[in-house]
Amino acid sequence: MKISVIITLKKDVLDPQGKVIHQTLDGMGFDDVNEVRQGKYFEIDTKETDNDKAKAKVEEMCKKLLANLVIENYKIIDPK
Amino acid sequence: MKSSVITFPGSNCDRDMDVALKKFGFRNKMVWHDDAELPKSDLVVLPGGFSYGDYLRCGSMASKSKIMQSVINFANSGGMVMGICNGFQILVETGLLSGVLLRNKYLEFICKNVFVKINDKKNKYFKNVDNEVLEFHIAHNEGNYFCTNDQLKEIEDNNQIAINYCDENGKIEDQFNPNGSIKNIAGIFNKEKNVLGMMPHPERMIDSSLSGEDGSLFFKNLINNLK
Repeated sequence: MKISVIITLKKDVLDPQGKVIHQTLDGMGFDDVNEVRQGKYFEIDTKETDNDKAKAKVEEMCKKLLANLVIENYKIIDPK
Repeated sequence: MKSSVITFPGSNCDRDMDVALKKFGFRNKMVWHDDAELPKSDLVVLPGGFSYGDYLRCGSMASKSKIMQSVINFANSGGMVMGICNGFQILVETGLLSGVLLRNKYLEFICKNVFVKINDKKNKYFKNVDNEVLEFHIAHNEGNYFCTNDQLKEIEDNNQIAINYCDENGKIEDQFNPNGSIKNIAGIFNKEKNVLGMMPHPERMIDSSLSGEDGSLFFKNLINNLK
């Protein structure tokens, strides 16, 4: 089963990379962008076949390694 | 005094630290990250470098390596653990120190000498250092110290800020902040002050002809405080 995870920076954490991407987009003519925030995306292929169990495992992975909860939020996308 | 320096895949200041510790009288051992047991030590150092290529987040992989459980137990039982640069990043990822080190504010890798002001001397790292201001070297891409407001209140209330970036006279101002760290923080302690993490490299300032000697002051003092 494949489970996806999206990690985003919390609202009040400075994202200098997102800022530079925003400026570059601006320079390319995409001048209607309000803000860009950069995040991370993971695809985890697990042997677990039970939906809920798999999600619970991935949640544990997020808390222990994939995200740093001081600065990041994680969102687990329902397996298909 | 016995010390141990942990080498992770990608550490590159481990041998400099070994040279510095030995120069000032420590009997130092190099310890591989995949070992389970720490040798008997009075001081454990997590050195600078780019452990695991800085993948995911700086220090995140190294904080889960085999030796780290022993280092965490050692720290929790009062042992002296010092993390320099990448070592500081590893310590925040283990949770031994609060906060996190973000990408530098202006997205530049910074490599230069800086001045830091010692904020607290009631600890074994800085007790009896005569100077108020030390000149150290920094070389990092992710040294921008950040923490939540609650964490900041806690580290300020407990006097856990170790050193702040400043000018040569000890003036702590925004213009002397190289990387955007909250409150010019260059290094912090845990609550008990046996764990220190800092971005500057004292081991690069131990030779009068190559650098300054403020690192020498730091190490000489440290070994005397541990005796």
